[in-house]
Amino acid sequence: MKIDHSLPLEYSTEENRLKILGFWIFLGAEIMLFATLFAGYFTLANRTGNGPTGAEIFEITPVLIETFLLLASSFTIGLGIHAMRLGNKKAMLTFFAVTLILGLGFLGVEIYDFVVYVHEGAAIQTSAFTSMLLTTLGTHGAHVTVGFFWGLFIILQVRKRGLTPETANKSFIFSLYWHFLDVVWIFIFSFIYMKGMM
Amino acid sequence: MDFFDRFAIPHASPAIYASMVAIVLTSVAIVAGLTYFKKWGYLWREWLTTVDHKRIGIMYLLSALLMLFRGGVDAIMMRAQLAAPESKLLDAQHYNEIFTTHGVVMILFMAMPFIIGFMNFVVPLQIGARDVAFPRLNAISFWLFFMGAMLFNISFVVGGSPDAGWTSYFPLAGNEFSESVGTNYYMIAIQIAGIGTLMTGINFMTTILKMRAPGMTLMKMPMFTWSSLITNAIIVFAFPVLTVLLAMGTMDRLFGTQFFTTENGGMDMLWANFFWVWGHPEVYILILPAFGIYSQVISTFARRNLYGYKSMVWSMVIISLLSFLVWVHHFFTMGQGALANSIFSITTMAIAVPTGVKIFNWLLTLWKGKIVITTPMLYSMLFIPLFTIGGVTGVMLGMSAADYQYHNTMFLVAHFHMVIIPGVVFAMLAGLTFYWPKMFGFMLNERIGKLTAWIIAISTLVAFMPMFFTGLDGQARRMYTYSEATGFGPLNMISFVGALGLAAGFVLLVYNVYYSTRYASRDISADPWDARTLEWATHTPVPSYNFAVEPQVSSEEPLWDAKKNGHELFKGEYKEIHMPNNSGVPFIMSSIFFVWGFSFVFSLWIPLILATIGIFACMTHRSFEKDHGHHISVKEIEETEEKLRGA
Ligand code: HEM
Ligand SMILES: [Cu+2]
Repeated sequence: MKIDHSLPLEYSTEENRLKILGFWIFLGAEIMLFATLFAGYFTLANRTGNGPTGAEIFEITPVLIETFLLLASSFTIGLGIHAMRLGNKKAMLTFFAVTLILGLGFLGVEIYDFVVYVHEGAAIQTSAFTSMLLTTLGTHGAHVTVGFFWGLFIILQVRKRGLTPETANKSFIFSLYWHFLDVVWIFIFSFIYMKGMM
Repeated sequence: MDFFDRFAIPHASPAIYASMVAIVLTSVAIVAGLTYFKKWGYLWREWLTTVDHKRIGIMYLLSALLMLFRGGVDAIMMRAQLAAPESKLLDAQHYNEIFTTHGVVMILFMAMPFIIGFMNFVVPLQIGARDVAFPRLNAISFWLFFMGAMLFNISFVVGGSPDAGWTSYFPLAGNEFSESVGTNYYMIAIQIAGIGTLMTGINFMTTILKMRAPGMTLMKMPMFTWSSLITNAIIVFAFPVLTVLLAMGTMDRLFGTQFFTTENGGMDMLWANFFWVWGHPEVYILILPAFGIYSQVISTFARRNLYGYKSMVWSMVIISLLSFLVWVHHFFTMGQGALANSIFSITTMAIAVPTGVKIFNWLLTLWKGKIVITTPMLYSMLFIPLFTIGGVTGVMLGMSAADYQYHNTMFLVAHFHMVIIPGVVFAMLAGLTFYWPKMFGFMLNERIGKLTAWIIAISTLVAFMPMFFTGLDGQARRMYTYSEATGFGPLNMISFVGALGLAAGFVLLVYNVYYSTRYASRDISADPWDARTLEWATHTPVPSYNFAVEPQVSSEEPLWDAKKNGHELFKGEYKEIHMPNNSGVPFIMSSIFFVWGFSFVFSLWIPLILATIGIFACMTHRSFEKDHGHHISVKEIEETEEKLRGA
């Protein structure tokens, strides 16, 4: 394997560069996936049938907590990658761990939110609006869940194998994924929650 | 026994029992044959675990041919049923199932793997690469496609086939009107194959953008590679829509959500819109690589470079953008206003412009060329006039006001068959004949090949031209019969004859494979067609590493430069080559996906959960695995090259 030392570790081999480009293209596909969900949401948002409307079920507090947790985790993973570039394995692992804990907190609040919705009569079968809302949120939540385990595996690998071109590459790609989920959340926050509460 | 009742076929018939027996016998024969000839190890080592793009390409092509026959049998049954008025061969339910599976199989499990198979075999060779960017992922793509196709095909004998059309519009496809598990198969089998296709898109975009030989700038890529790049970009942007759509359809059917229902706010038109937001780009996913193959074949056998290279590229880019802006033309009659219809009419007709540019470029290539008629070339020359019929009728359909007359009639059926058969199927047959020697080391017989091409072309006209007329007279599509008084009988009989002709053509194709395998000379050069691009610059059979030395490129026809202008293709010494390792995980994981899909179709929740865990276990394994591939030493390369040069 040829290693190019003039580049950051995660870009240093040909294989690593391929993986990063491939992942960006994958994110392009993910954008289309969420764009489709949003298009569906905008179409069905007012089609509430006999069920509640968004304004009736949305609560600002849990949503703000979720937003805060996820934005903070995006920041900490940025710090983690920064530490990785400096070769500081310990700081990197700490920041990654904090990121995952924040992610877990986000998931906890989101699950709590779902339970409340169902109690208020907004289950996934209630109306086109609730089906679409819970599917969109659920898809994002499922991504965060997968991300949690993926991140966990990466922490274990970096701990055991150290910072190699391979592990650095995985960590960097994971950080792209995590930032992406944050961006999607910002759209959910603005166009589902804020718009729905107005 | 209640548990097993769900697997029974709701509308069984002798044909279905016969195919059950046939499936069991074939499976037994395959297992027995493999055991008797002690080929299990070979199959596992060389094929099931391979990550080599050439072998994966060949497996795609074989699957596509298999599916072509499955879809072909469906087609013959439909045409036989319609050949005479009030025929009793099939009842309405069977007819519904057959046109549904015919459409899905032909588009998703025949045409898609055919084009992806060619991309796999040809693109890395054409750009001078050793493999695709992510060989392991490529194997996963293939096996997911394969398992999806198998899952879809067993619906015929286990539980019942989907019957709501390949477009599967709701509310027809909802539980109320499609009670059997058939439509579950549709949702889930296509989902599994679709994920594989999406990964192919990512893989090939990365490969083409990053792994070209030195000197091959974007504007020096061979036309098939260009068409593949654009096609894969369309895949990456269109397939996620399908993923979401199928997930929503699955949830409506299995979890009682309200997306496409007719109450509680559900909106059936959302399905139609999303379906065609994916569906129209999908038809361009099929046609663009076919255009790429025609471009290669035409310039090879006109013995000159492709006329209008730049306009070819730009027309494909424009087509790919426009393909996302025309979806409403599939349901002009379904309730949007005049303004929306007019806008989509205009975008639709606009696509004909770049398509026309391509047709004229091919004609001008021929005009200035010294034409050699070989089988691939014959298909290409037959393609131009036949496809034009399909294209012109497409523009007719694109006029929204007039479409009220044509929509959902046989006219539409004739249109899309006249684009897909001359456009895609002819290209696949041309490509198969063209690349056959590179894949298998001998040529297909030219006399039989040309005869096949003529039979298929004439039969296409005989089968589909009458439908334009019955369609204009009002024969609706997807109707299992019609009355004597309509007068559609004679023209439908002609169509049936054409369908038989097509079947004969495909049988002749198989005979050609058999005949040439037995009798064709194995003593052929690496470049038997006197071609122009890099895939012909390496040995036949192609060594696992493709090129011993990385080729140097200075135009879009590097091999031609080397042959005519003294361009030096291979500079430098042998160096150690890094290659990926084989792996059984893609096959195993995809098999678990099959179990997952099957459990989902029949709502078997415990196996579903177990399979889900299995899939994640495979992904976890991949995350922790250390796999650095292996190296081929200089000595080994020298030996291989020596042997191949001698051969
Ligand atoms: C000049 C270019 C083309 C134009 C203007 C065009 C236009 C149309 C229109 C307007 C329809 C819908 C008509 C209706 O439902 O009443 C249609 C259907 C269709 N077209 Fe085309 N088309 C073109 C090229 C193609 C190509 C290249 C392909 C495939 C390779 C294709 C495949 C199909 C299919 C499969 C359908 C029918 C789908 C269904 O309803 O089941 N078309 N086309
Ligand atoms: Cu279309």
